[in-house]
Amino acid sequence: MIDMFIPPEYEVVRNTELCIGCRVCERQCANEVHKYDKDLGKMIADSTKCVNCHRCVALCPTHALKIVKSDDTYKLNYNWPQRAMNEIYRQAATGGVLLSSMGNPTENPIYFNKILVNASQVTNPPIDPLREPMETTVYLGKKDVEIKRDARGRLKDTLPPQLKLTTPIMFSAMSYGSISYNAHESLARAAEELGIYYNTGEGGLHTDFYKYGKNTIVQVASGRFGVHEQYLMTAAAIEIKMGQGAKPGIGGHLPGMKISDDVSKTRMIPKGVDAISPAPHHDIYSIEDLRQLIYSLKEATAYTKPVIVKVAAVHNVAAIASGIARSGADIIAIDGYRGGTGAAPTRIRDNVGIPIELALAQVDERLRQEGIRDSVSIVVGGSIHSSSDVVKAIALGADACYIATAAVMALGCHLCRSCHAGKCNWGIATQRPDLVKRLNPDIGKQRLVNLVHAWTHEIQEMMGGMGINSIEALRGNRLMLRGVGLNETELRILGIKHAGE
Amino acid sequence: MFTSKNEFRPVEGEVRIPSGCAVSAIIDRSGRPMTGEKIIRSIATMHDRSNGLGGGFAGYGIYPDYKDYYAFHLFFDSRTARKETEDYLAAHFEVVYSSEMKTRKTKGITGEPLIFRYFLYPLSKRLANSLLDEEQYVVKCVNRINSDIKGAFVFSSGKNMGIFKGVGFPEDIGRFYLLDEEYEGYMWTSHGRYPTNTPGWWGGAHPFGLLSYSVVHNGEISSYDANRRYIEMFGYKCNLQTDTEVITYVIDFLLRVKHLTLEEVAKVISASFWSTIEDKSEEERRQEVFLRKAFPSLLINGPFSIIFGFDGGLMALNDRLKLRSMVCAEKGDFAFVSSEECGIRVIEPELDSIFAPAGGQPVIYTLREGVVR
Repeated sequence: MIDMFIPPEYEVVRNTELCIGCRVCERQCANEVHKYDKDLGKMIADSTKCVNCHRCVALCPTHALKIVKSDDTYKLNYNWPQRAMNEIYRQAATGGVLLSSMGNPTENPIYFNKILVNASQVTNPPIDPLREPMETTVYLGKKDVEIKRDARGRLKDTLPPQLKLTTPIMFSAMSYGSISYNAHESLARAAEELGIYYNTGEGGLHTDFYKYGKNTIVQVASGRFGVHEQYLMTAAAIEIKMGQGAKPGIGGHLPGMKISDDVSKTRMIPKGVDAISPAPHHDIYSIEDLRQLIYSLKEATAYTKPVIVKVAAVHNVAAIASGIARSGADIIAIDGYRGGTGAAPTRIRDNVGIPIELALAQVDERLRQEGIRDSVSIVVGGSIHSSSDVVKAIALGADACYIATAAVMALGCHLCRSCHAGKCNWGIATQRPDLVKRLNPDIGKQRLVNLVHAWTHEIQEMMGGMGINSIEALRGNRLMLRGVGLNETELRILGIKHAGE
Repeated sequence: MFTSKNEFRPVEGEVRIPSGCAVSAIIDRSGRPMTGEKIIRSIATMHDRSNGLGGGFAGYGIYPDYKDYYAFHLFFDSRTARKETEDYLAAHFEVVYSSEMKTRKTKGITGEPLIFRYFLYPLSKRLANSLLDEEQYVVKCVNRINSDIKGAFVFSSGKNMGIFKGVGFPEDIGRFYLLDEEYEGYMWTSHGRYPTNTPGWWGGAHPFGLLSYSVVHNGEISSYDANRRYIEMFGYKCNLQTDTEVITYVIDFLLRVKHLTLEEVAKVISASFWSTIEDKSEEERRQEVFLRKAFPSLLINGPFSIIFGFDGGLMALNDRLKLRSMVCAEKGDFAFVSSEECGIRVIEPELDSIFAPAGGQPVIYTLREGVVR
């Protein structure tokens, strides 16, 4: 017996009294869980195929379905939980590396949840965002300029190119290929409407979307997929992807079955073949090489676009960021270990990298110690769950946040963590035309716009409570934060006091 | 450096102490000297805006005979501290004149430290060896004393100006230092303090000074840590953890290091709203957008009214929403700034004009052109 039956983690439960046999669930499930059994005259489900994406539950017109955690169990063992045992069985059967999708789901601390925000009482007034201006606009880019004046003594704008955001949130990199055409269209149009940016990821830019260029950040990654002059010139900014929070130390993974004709054309790679980016950029083996790529891209675009360098949050991220800040980058993007992915080796996703909160606090502090904080902006991502995470990240020192998991959730994602299988029932992480068309870009765009508007309102409420009416005055304002239930070391690294202090 | 003698009563620098306050200023733009009597009456009228836990004054043009020398005012908590400081001063400066400051016993003023005054000039060789310009050298020496010499604190270090402050109601502090008899200057600013925490100590009273700059401030800024962490990148050290200290450093950085004009400084620290900037003329818009983009971390947020004193004039400025009261007035050569109108009317009932500047609108009064100070 080379293979062995592994019981499903979740079970599909159907309330037969409610089920009307309309077979919506059957049509909606790309994993073929549901089918109508003629002999029995009723709908049946094969839970072993279920990924728990909740598509059938959401679409069942009579709410007859639910997915429950299976109570089937091996003999309970704290040291060998079911998941660990199943992974052994799976690897013994296949000899393969375990693949996973989306962010690290393990039980490590989520520091944002242990940080509390201040509010004004008596000695200074809270500001009412419903009745007073409450500014969330932020400019990303280098600020360390010399003051120069023209002959009439007027200040000259000596600033390098900046990215203007109406709210400190951007959609993080997700490639065309890992997600669908309709998902990209939703993101691009939402970014345009919101006055923010979305990020192409490393899969190139579909020519249909060039028209959203002024709200587009294009990525240059180690695979250089889809990179050419027009791609660079179309964008508002260029991001060099050195690493990703979900899989620090390795390159992007796109399974061959997701490489359709269009994806192949956009990426400039063959159809149907796995696209695995090299772990390093083979022209960057050191910091001085990075500088050369930054300036190559700046030369190629005539110094009209900010260059972002994205790194995964790793142990010595502060020193790395300091090197990047001195290498001509305009913006540093840091991706925490909870960050999402369309496919990553499970072991790397769950064990490599550090929490974004700690990485951000250290990077911001180090750049200030070295007096170079204003030579770069800092953008952070890697599981920003809510507007309060954005507020906390900015108070820790970020200029803006990247969101991607939250963004795909706005499009319908239920975090079934099966993107690598390419059968996304929500039409997001798939290239199958029948599935892609389930995601209506008009609705997708609107849901993204709603989400960012809602978060912006909440950010404004919290800012007003602190007596702050401009997001600039929140950046790095760590006195506005307190830790709760954190030890001395954690507080020191975060640079905040404990609640009550 | 002053440290608390009782761990349950920490002083400024050991804890952040927010305060509400009263501020007031008067300038005779013709440069004629006046005693501190008027400014004392002005701030005394706003007695209820202070709670007896701090008051102070800055007088400009008060040391005409020593106008080329840095006038250091120091607090000492012991003779040892004084000895150590004087050794340090002698090693770095030519001490032209020094004396204990004349004070009068005043009801309500207790626990005063030793208060000394020195007129100084940097030793030319030390200055040359330091590779600093003269002002940087003086600032560095002040910072050395304030952070390294236990029980010593320089609270005034400008030329032809002086800060006088302490714990008590401001009018009592003014009389304690004999400002109404002993000193005459063309401009005075004053401050009455309403701290919401501990009594603190004499050095924690305001104005806060840096060379000839002085700041009196009413408010509690909500951007404190954003401003502090930014400005500390440029060699400033916010030892006192007060708003006034960080505001002074921000203004110093923008004026002295970045060479901005006072109006431009106002556009950075009390920036117009983006929506307001949108409606401005093309040229103004370009300038203001540039300043906001270049110095976002120096926007001072939350309520404040400040009077920034410098050699030859003052600038009054409110936060962008005007969350603290402040009025300005003129009468002939005189110009006045005060938290409340009563602080002006009490010394000049008949005014040529009086107005409340809008949030973020700087009001700058300087000596008339050609006035020698």
